[in-house]
Amino acid sequence: MTTEYNMMELMICVASRYLEDGKTVAVGTGAPCATAMLAQKMAAPNLVILFEAGGIAPMLPQMPISVGDSRTFFRGIMAAGMAEMMTTCCRGLVDYAFLGGAQIDRYGNINSTVIGDYYKPKVRFPGSGGANDFASLCWRTLVMTVHSKSRFVEKLDFVTTPGYLTGKGAREEAGLPPGSGPYKIITDLAVLDFEDKTKAMRIESVHPGVAVDKVRKETGFQLIVQEMVEETPPPTETELEILRDEVDPLRLIIGRS
Amino acid sequence: MEVVEKGLNQLFMDPDPDKAREFFAKKSRSMTDKRMTEKEAVEKFVPNGCFLAIGGFGAIRIPTAFIHEILRARRKNLGFYGHTSTHDFQLLCAGRCIDRVDIAYVVGLEARGLSPNARRVMESGEVQVCEWTNYALTARLRAAAEGVSFGIIRSMLGTDTLKMSGARVIECPYTGKKFAAVPAVWPDVGIIHVHEADIYGNCHIRGISVSDLELARAAKHVIITAERLVDNAAIRINPTRTVIPYYLVDAVIEVPFGSYPGNMPYLYYSDEEHLSRWLQAEKDPEEFKRFLDQYIYGVASFEEYLERCGGLAKMRELQRLEALVDR
Repeated sequence: MTTEYNMMELMICVASRYLEDGKTVAVGTGAPCATAMLAQKMAAPNLVILFEAGGIAPMLPQMPISVGDSRTFFRGIMAAGMAEMMTTCCRGLVDYAFLGGAQIDRYGNINSTVIGDYYKPKVRFPGSGGANDFASLCWRTLVMTVHSKSRFVEKLDFVTTPGYLTGKGAREEAGLPPGSGPYKIITDLAVLDFEDKTKAMRIESVHPGVAVDKVRKETGFQLIVQEMVEETPPPTETELEILRDEVDPLRLIIGRS
Repeated sequence: MEVVEKGLNQLFMDPDPDKAREFFAKKSRSMTDKRMTEKEAVEKFVPNGCFLAIGGFGAIRIPTAFIHEILRARRKNLGFYGHTSTHDFQLLCAGRCIDRVDIAYVVGLEARGLSPNARRVMESGEVQVCEWTNYALTARLRAAAEGVSFGIIRSMLGTDTLKMSGARVIECPYTGKKFAAVPAVWPDVGIIHVHEADIYGNCHIRGISVSDLELARAAKHVIITAERLVDNAAIRINPTRTVIPYYLVDAVIEVPFGSYPGNMPYLYYSDEEHLSRWLQAEKDPEEFKRFLDQYIYGVASFEEYLERCGGLAKMRELQRLEALVDR
């Protein structure tokens, strides 16, 4: 029997497996938050979720609508502030940064500021928020985004948030903490990681039913493809059940796909 | 200390700590009754062209009532300083009140979507922008609160966010490592909504403080709007809980439900229905004009706004949502 699931459910289930038990994760609103909640209910009950506005380790009763709303510290261990969260990241105590969709390049740099000329933008997007801080300071950055040519681009109009910048060694050269950087990019087509030699994006696995060529076609730059590309294990019955019944019963996130 | 790289954008405020000290030398330390109306406080502390900062987190614990009054007073050419600015920024854009901004997150309302009107304002070129990150904005307030001219952070490095900011990349005199230096900022006025204050301005906040402890210590003038006023004895019985002491504060305004339609932790949740009506109305400029007349310009007070949004029944509903009682 094939289990039915939509694109968003697929991304959330796959991404949740990368969050290990006992680690700390700083999350953005929406899908990343749902993913961390699912991970907690699956293999990582002791995953500590941190929110940039100050919420630490809440027992999330439902999906927050903002990274600062009262759910983000509901029965938490601390209701702190921005400086407490960001200095914790800066000291090396936060394992994962988990960010949402945006324009991305081969080195995992992200644009969420403008499309077009900076001073005369065609579209003005929100900007960094805390994304640049998290991706600069946490050890491993995970990004979830829809896979399309308009999002996976050769050249960003604006580098809002650092990935590996211009390649291996560039983060350290710029002054960012050694050993930090993008870890996995989870899309609706594939999981991508970064080749150690160049720090350029590589296909780690393709989702069930997706051809490598399809991933290439939806990417605006040359991806590194290994000889053998594995298939991502599909969402399990249990993952989907928990995601639908406990994490997002109102379908605020999984209903968007 | 060597400067390796400079952000291209200009600073809106002078980072000289001695000028700030000169100002604070003259600030009153007397414990007097600081109650006034929103109108009086806008008149006194928010002149056209001043540089203001708003506390809370976009649609959480924001001084909505006070921002409405800024709009009704038709304030223009204000500078704005805000991290994750959502409904607060949407309001200031609705009133076309601002012409320069230090920002990390604008135009969006997080999971709710983008504000069409704020986008129009930001894409028009009429607002001068200086780019930062949320932490950079906190670090700048913290430096000001410490009375020094810059803070040191390890974000922004290597990105266009730094290039389009007013930050500097410096080399550490001890390790030779690179860091971002971000300039202290002493906003002309900071407006913070709190759970409880006494008439002198001693404040209690419940839940996350975001950057408000830094803001209260950086802003030259601080305006407090409070859900309720408490007797000074309620402050003195547990001084551990005081997060903003009275001598930082210039005005105290009691506004129940003052963060509506934003969330006020432990008291009421955000009114998502109303916030999405904002986004709907903004799509059409004519419709939006009517919407603003109905909810802001055509009402005499914040109480009247609350009435038009559903009054006590709506507030009770949001209280129940916040308390998760109907779960």
